[in-house]
Amino acid sequence: MSILIGRDTRLVVQGITGREGEFHSRAMLEYGTPLVAGVTPGKGGQTALDGAVPVFNTVAEAVRETGANTSCIFVPAGGAPDAVLEAVAAGVKTIFCITEGIPALDMIPVVEEVRLARARLIGPNCPGATSPGRAKVGIIPGSIHREGRVGVVSRSGTLTYEAVQAMTDAGLGQSSCIGIGGDPVIGTQFLDVLALFAADPETEALVLIGEIGGAAEEEAAAWAAEHMADVPKVAFIAGRTAPEGKRMGHAGAIISGGKGTAASKVSALEAAGFRVAGSPTELPALLREAGYRG
Amino acid sequence: MKIHEADAKSLLVAQGLPVPAWEVARTPSQARAAAVRFLADPGNATGKVVIKAQVLVGGRGKAGGVKLAATADEAEDVAAQILALEIKGLPVRRVLVGPAAEIVKEYYLSVLLDRATRRLMFIGSAEGGVEIEQVAVDNPDAIVYQHTDPLLGLPDYAARELAFKIGFGPHWKAGAAIAKGLLRTMLAYDADLVEINPLAVIREHNADGTPVERLVCLDAKITLDDSALARHPGLEELRDLDAEDPADVEARRYDLTFIKLEGDIGCMVNGAGLAMTTMDLVNRAGGQPANFLDIGGGAKADRVAAAMRLILEDPNVKAILVNIFGGITRGDEVAKGLIEARAQQVRDVPMVVRIVGTNAAEAAELLEAARFVTASSLDEAAAKAVAAAAKGAAA
Repeated sequence: MSILIGRDTRLVVQGITGREGEFHSRAMLEYGTPLVAGVTPGKGGQTALDGAVPVFNTVAEAVRETGANTSCIFVPAGGAPDAVLEAVAAGVKTIFCITEGIPALDMIPVVEEVRLARARLIGPNCPGATSPGRAKVGIIPGSIHREGRVGVVSRSGTLTYEAVQAMTDAGLGQSSCIGIGGDPVIGTQFLDVLALFAADPETEALVLIGEIGGAAEEEAAAWAAEHMADVPKVAFIAGRTAPEGKRMGHAGAIISGGKGTAASKVSALEAAGFRVAGSPTELPALLREAGYRG
Repeated sequence: MKIHEADAKSLLVAQGLPVPAWEVARTPSQARAAAVRFLADPGNATGKVVIKAQVLVGGRGKAGGVKLAATADEAEDVAAQILALEIKGLPVRRVLVGPAAEIVKEYYLSVLLDRATRRLMFIGSAEGGVEIEQVAVDNPDAIVYQHTDPLLGLPDYAARELAFKIGFGPHWKAGAAIAKGLLRTMLAYDADLVEINPLAVIREHNADGTPVERLVCLDAKITLDDSALARHPGLEELRDLDAEDPADVEARRYDLTFIKLEGDIGCMVNGAGLAMTTMDLVNRAGGQPANFLDIGGGAKADRVAAAMRLILEDPNVKAILVNIFGGITRGDEVAKGLIEARAQQVRDVPMVVRIVGTNAAEAAELLEAARFVTASSLDEAAAKAVAAAAKGAAA
């Protein structure tokens, strides 16, 4: 098994004919993801990716015609919150929003609508997810993965790739890798992903990649201590040398009033039974030390 | 983006919030003219004016940036002193002049984005006028928290509830209306934070000289969501370029995120998390990063070249570490940008380049032909850059 995406995924890409949408849709299709539909208003009836994928005007139509159950959004920031609402209204239950630069206040009612519809939003400003050998949704390069049983969850984009590549190089495959995104208002948080991994029989170890700012890593650590006590767990926290009061790129990555420091996160994770790496390349060895034999 | 108190107050007034009158002065004589007006106002219960430095840092009072004056002459002198100050490295170019309030009671009220719940949250306290972080430590029970509804905002009943919990006494109606106004301000301008400290009951005089009390916003702090500035074109002009490094301004032009640091190893990375990690690993290898620089996703050659210029503008930089993990960014584009940038480079600084992921093979070919020093792992790249900087420093 895997989490969020897998063999049952039927993907619709919103914004499939845009530059980024098309580039990454092609990569998803090449990876073997069941990409069944695209949506671009006004281009219904056309096809994308050299005829491989039918394009619809609305998500509702795409769902009706193709049975799509998962969406990936590449719509620009101005229209992305609406694109999430459209997917929710069409009954899509798993929605990935890759778009970055969405005003935070726009996402607050959208996240609530997703919750009320019992759907799940991953992102925005996230790299997506991969369940190696089954499906990839979003922009994570497929080549860095290997099939296996380690669950990876991260707030970053390229840093996730770095960690996954290190795992793969060491022969440690992944069940699923989930990038939850670096924005202040995101649909799925560390805790939610941990709960999914804990319930997944094929995930036997956990890698958590966090960064300075907020308290999400501390909350996740506390949850894992209670519910994933027997699972080998490792973590990496970016921003040990970041200065206080400076927003380090991500809207969320800022140390203020002495809160959200790497030191606080590292000690919370260690107290919860995580082994915390000083570099992403150390993660595989630490996972072995933690008793992972996969 | 942070904005000045006076600008924040203008936004509050535009949303119908009670703020005592003020004027902004750029010169001592302008301050004097404003003071004359406020000193002559029969409503002014203290008979004094307050003059406040407009700089985007905290602790203005302690730095001598907030002073009272009882006469026009004194106001002019005080304004001259404050306008000559530099507070935490920032020049004071403007002062706010207003009537010095007779404060009866100080409160704290703010609304901000609470990431954990993904809702807006009010923070209120009857212990205002001091740092709320300090109240949270000394007397946590004195702080009231209340979330807004993600779809309905703050209905009247919830605003009343908040006002009663904070304890505005006879001013509860004004307190509830102000809470609603702060939320309105937040939504109207896409703010991350709207903070009033102090929100104060002040005593003024009616025309017949009888005293009257009212609840007003005495200070105001607003920070705006950078992602939403594009849809509020009027707000961009409130940006204070003094509070920014010139490099920040240049970085924004090219969609780069740049933060200058103290070290000597320039870093160019794609992705914020990886950029922080690169800094951490430089530090671990015994070096000091000169900057945080995220070139973002999908960077093209011209953006890479601009990033390189920014790094080289810092005279402390003795080596450059380029770390790119291609996903949305294509490695060959970055390599082309680096080659172009090096051709135009005035200063010869050793550069260590690591490009992996999308189109890494094409990038490697380009870099090899151009004789760049490359590295395969991040740890190796950091070690090579630190060694190169040390060599440069010794030479």
